[in-house]
Amino acid sequence: MPLMYPLVFAAFLFSAGVYGVLARRNAVMVLMSIELMLNAVNVNLVAFNAYLRDELVSGQVFALFVIAVAAAEVGIGLAIVLLIFRNRETVNIDEVDLLRW
Amino acid sequence: MHPLAQATTQPLPLPEVDWRAIAPELALAVAGVVLLLVVAFWPRAGRGVLAGLTLAGLAAAAALTVWNWDLERVAFEGAVSLDGITRYARAVLLAVGALATLMVAQGDSREGEPDDSPPEVFPLLLFALLGMVLLAAASDLLVVFIALEILSLSLYVMAGETRRLAAQEAAMKYFLLGAFSSAFLLYGIALCYGATGSTNLLEIADATGDPTADGTLLLAGVGLLAVGFLFKVSAVPFHMWTPDVYQGTPTPVAAFMAAATKVAGFAVFLRVFAGALGGLVVSWRPVIAGAAVLTMLVGAALAVVQTDLKRMLAYSSISHAGYLLVGVAAAATVPAGVSASMFYLLTYAFMVMGAFMVVQYVSRLGPPDDDAIGERSSLEDYRGLARRHPWAAGLLAVFMLALTGIPPLSGFWAKYYVFLAGIEAGLTWLVVVAVISSVISAFFYLRVLVVAYLQEPVGDPGAETAPGRTPALGVALGLAGLLTVAIGLAPEALIAAARSAERILG
Amino acid sequence: MTTYFQAYGTFAALLVLSIAFVAVAFGANRLLRPNRPTPGKLTTYESGMDPVGTTWSQTQIRYYVFAFLFVIFDVESVFLFPWALVFADIGVAAFWEMVVFIGVLAIGLLYAFKKGVLRWA
Repeated sequence: MPLMYPLVFAAFLFSAGVYGVLARRNAVMVLMSIELMLNAVNVNLVAFNAYLRDELVSGQVFALFVIAVAAAEVGIGLAIVLLIFRNRETVNIDEVDLLRW
Repeated sequence: MHPLAQATTQPLPLPEVDWRAIAPELALAVAGVVLLLVVAFWPRAGRGVLAGLTLAGLAAAAALTVWNWDLERVAFEGAVSLDGITRYARAVLLAVGALATLMVAQGDSREGEPDDSPPEVFPLLLFALLGMVLLAAASDLLVVFIALEILSLSLYVMAGETRRLAAQEAAMKYFLLGAFSSAFLLYGIALCYGATGSTNLLEIADATGDPTADGTLLLAGVGLLAVGFLFKVSAVPFHMWTPDVYQGTPTPVAAFMAAATKVAGFAVFLRVFAGALGGLVVSWRPVIAGAAVLTMLVGAALAVVQTDLKRMLAYSSISHAGYLLVGVAAAATVPAGVSASMFYLLTYAFMVMGAFMVVQYVSRLGPPDDDAIGERSSLEDYRGLARRHPWAAGLLAVFMLALTGIPPLSGFWAKYYVFLAGIEAGLTWLVVVAVISSVISAFFYLRVLVVAYLQEPVGDPGAETAPGRTPALGVALGLAGLLTVAIGLAPEALIAAARSAERILG
Repeated sequence: MTTYFQAYGTFAALLVLSIAFVAVAFGANRLLRPNRPTPGKLTTYESGMDPVGTTWSQTQIRYYVFAFLFVIFDVESVFLFPWALVFADIGVAAFWEMVVFIGVLAIGLLYAFKKGVLRWA
């Protein structure tokens, strides 16, 4: 398989994530879009790893670390969103505006 | 045999575990874990005890840093590099951590009314410092990423540690934009890996000099790396999160963020851009210089219109990031750029922490306002501060004048050396913009002093309740003020120490 | 290559067979049984209690902390698989390194336990 296919796929996935972060108003959806961006990076890393025939498998190892860190990030992110929801009854990031943007 | 299984038959080269190289980091990690267990198993431990344990952990890490002072090597197969930047950043970060511990220990407490923020903030402080120290030493993009996440994840939680709505909102904004920027940084890392075949900075440095490398892929990767780092150091146009986060988070945490993340962020910025990607300086210098111009001017201009001191300090920290970017832009071709930037980070860390300490002191004056959205930090609260609290006002004057860059305070020398490096690198136009920005910034720093010294206090000063005993904050304020003045009077020794940091990737 | 597809062919046959078995059993049941619905029969069976409210009711999620903990610990196991692959090559050192890794995770779990988030309700 040419390297171009996974790279283009990852670029689309990443762009979809960026669009989601910028367009979505629900904090949980923003969180999911960020996950999409991270997974696009994982596709890239694994594709490069296969293409380079890296003997140290740096790309795959990196992808594993990204997966683990992403899980920790989601744990903290959801906890913060829940905290806001319990105090404000909303997770709409446009309504969370006590501080001026 | 399955093709994937075959790949693993070659024995993997195992890195030698160099315990000594990462001894300070290990000390911080162990201290953090121990403190977490103390918090869990001894819920009634006072903040004084926890702060003492935190300081003990920091002292151990500092002792190990001194023990390692002359060590110059690349450890763990090139994943961690011990050189001048590592050593200098470790020293500054541990000192900043100690001051932050004192601020956190004081917290929001008043007479007979202890602070109610959770005790977990102490272990989190240590974990954040671990990430920062590791980030400054990281010599592999994988370690850069992990260290960055260790510090970011700890800071996200610390930002929302109180029940105030503003802090929770700040935590959410910091988290969403931090995670967003991490994704850009990661994408850049992936492209750099694809273009050079390695995540190791030393090998990337070799590969960027190699004309057979894929130029487009590499440049795209460098661009995304720049976006990620500019987000982290809050440079314009990626600065939107900074004012909200600094204003909303509890003041001790905001001070820690402003000082320590800048030190760690710029240390890795220098290592990656001036070190590993130094061969591509022609490509990235215009981008960094452009960001520096925007950052200096926008930061200074927006700080002028602020009415909240914490928010003003946030914009001021943005403009200071701009001056530091001048140092980064110069650093690739002029070694003095590295030492000037490191020296700037040292002085800036203490100035900005001192300024936030005064904010914390003033926010604790007056009756408790637990139902308020945020802490008391409006400029109005500083009216006539000199008459009510002459010591606090005097220290405020020291920090504001130092941030402006008035000689002989430390801020002047910091700017002087960075501008000198910029001129040496042929970036005179950039230095001219920096001087203009400094002049604009003098306006808003001095306005704070006008409010504190020349305006009458609002209301009856006698009705104001005392802030209670402030031993921890008092000590921290004294130390920060002393350092700011002392560095200003004798900068030579510290700039000489910074010069040893000029050789990156030792 | 043929053996590769044959292995999956067996699985596919098994899949088809099992779907067919369930479909035939339920179909035969439907055809043979009498169909006389009454309101009592149509209500949802909830251990003998009368069901209350609609299915779209909101429930209080007490267990989201478990979900967080599960996600984090579950994903950390991702490091166990490459470790298992090279374990034999590296030997005792790999064992102790994994002990340290799991030990740190266990301290996290211990902290969660002491904070009482593992108690149900």
